[in-house]
Amino acid sequence: MTGRYAYYPGCSLHSTAAEYDISFRAVCEKLGIELQEIKGWICCGTSPAHSTSRLLSIALPLESLRLAEKMGLTDVVAPCASCFARLKTAHHEATADPELEAKLSDILDAPLPKNVRVLHPLEIFANGEAVAETVTRELPGLKVVCYYGCLLTRPPKVMQFDECEYPMSMDNLLRSLGIETLDWSYKTDCCGGAFALTETDVVLKLTRDILEDAKAVGANAIAVACPLCHANLDTRQAEIEEKYEARFGLPVLYFTQLMGLAFGIPADRLGIRRHFVGAEGLLSGITA
Amino acid sequence: MQLELTIPAQSELAEAVFRESGQNVNLCFQCGKCAAGCPVSYAMDYTPLQIIHAVRLGLDDLVFDSKTMWLCASCETCTTRCPQEVDVARVMDAVKTIALRRGVKPAIPRVASFYKASLASIRNFGRMFELGMIVDLKLRTFDFLKDAGLGVKMLRKGKLKLFPSFTGARTTRRIFRRVKRLESESRGS
Repeated sequence: MTGRYAYYPGCSLHSTAAEYDISFRAVCEKLGIELQEIKGWICCGTSPAHSTSRLLSIALPLESLRLAEKMGLTDVVAPCASCFARLKTAHHEATADPELEAKLSDILDAPLPKNVRVLHPLEIFANGEAVAETVTRELPGLKVVCYYGCLLTRPPKVMQFDECEYPMSMDNLLRSLGIETLDWSYKTDCCGGAFALTETDVVLKLTRDILEDAKAVGANAIAVACPLCHANLDTRQAEIEEKYEARFGLPVLYFTQLMGLAFGIPADRLGIRRHFVGAEGLLSGITA
Repeated sequence: MQLELTIPAQSELAEAVFRESGQNVNLCFQCGKCAAGCPVSYAMDYTPLQIIHAVRLGLDDLVFDSKTMWLCASCETCTTRCPQEVDVARVMDAVKTIALRRGVKPAIPRVASFYKASLASIRNFGRMFELGMIVDLKLRTFDFLKDAGLGVKMLRKGKLKLFPSFTGARTTRRIFRRVKRLESESRGS
């Protein structure tokens, strides 16, 4: 597997989700995929921008896409589901409306990026054969539910990513690595996202429902592709258990960390120990 | 006093929402899929369906006093499922944008404070500086104890940076300035 991509990590992968960044880089290195971080990339604006100014919410992501194009790259990979959605939405909107296009190039002081394609890592790893060839370690005993969250697939008109109500891309990828994944009902249900800091009760309730269904189908780990989903399911899990008098003990892992484990990359190079809910018990015997 | 006897085809609010978002709420035939699928509707005072209808009727007070749009998690389930292809989540964004512009006091002020603190961080640093944003949010909401323990644990795990990066800060300042200018120009015209 080869390929060269402009890499947009986004703010979370440089801070709260650094383990998603290091595991993604480690996996790409193993697969011979070259990542070039976009020089001077800026925040995509996320919910605070699109909730308050449509123009701002399109201008911010476009600037980073423009910088990628300037580096001579057309394929931009964004692992954070929220960044992925904002970059894709901005590109979609800007190319659909000539009046908006003029305003935006005035704001950016440059012509708009035209020939860029925004991709998620799940799309670049979709070639199952090459991925399967790289596997050196079996991961028996893992029963994983894949949690896609909201923004990888929604809204489908813009995202055009997998089946919006019941996606399978992450399941198929992990299965091709020999990891068992389970069917469940909360693949694309919302975790409350950015409400963690403001409407915490909403997050605790929505996340409880997700953890409960994961447990009910017999999962012993959750795989995610979004730093916000991860923060809500992992860092808030103890609080949820306390509030609802429940016991989940479900480690939440980025799918790139699971890939890394299957590729034989040592756990400490995948940031496994940075999670609040420890995966050591689950992975003992595997990571040795 | 002269009576206004004609009923306008479209309420002013529906018109404003259309200008802001390109969304035509009059396409709604009240099927209720948005309300049924909304994961946060249990905490709202009006369902998204009711807000759409109130926008159509021009019930400004009901819309702007409601908690609904401030509780929208932007999960896009409503937008995905609307058979009339109304982008409901974007209507929620439009209503928030209009409310802030008109100086309406948000029914859930801490959500608006979160937006302001986040945007200030992005504008000043080019990239989100989480720790600074959280301190800013606490200064705006006077809620200093909330999540303090969690914050300490995150710092220990190295999940929060202690210092901001300034990469791109000049660019974001320029973008924010020009967006503001263009938005006030288009309102003036």
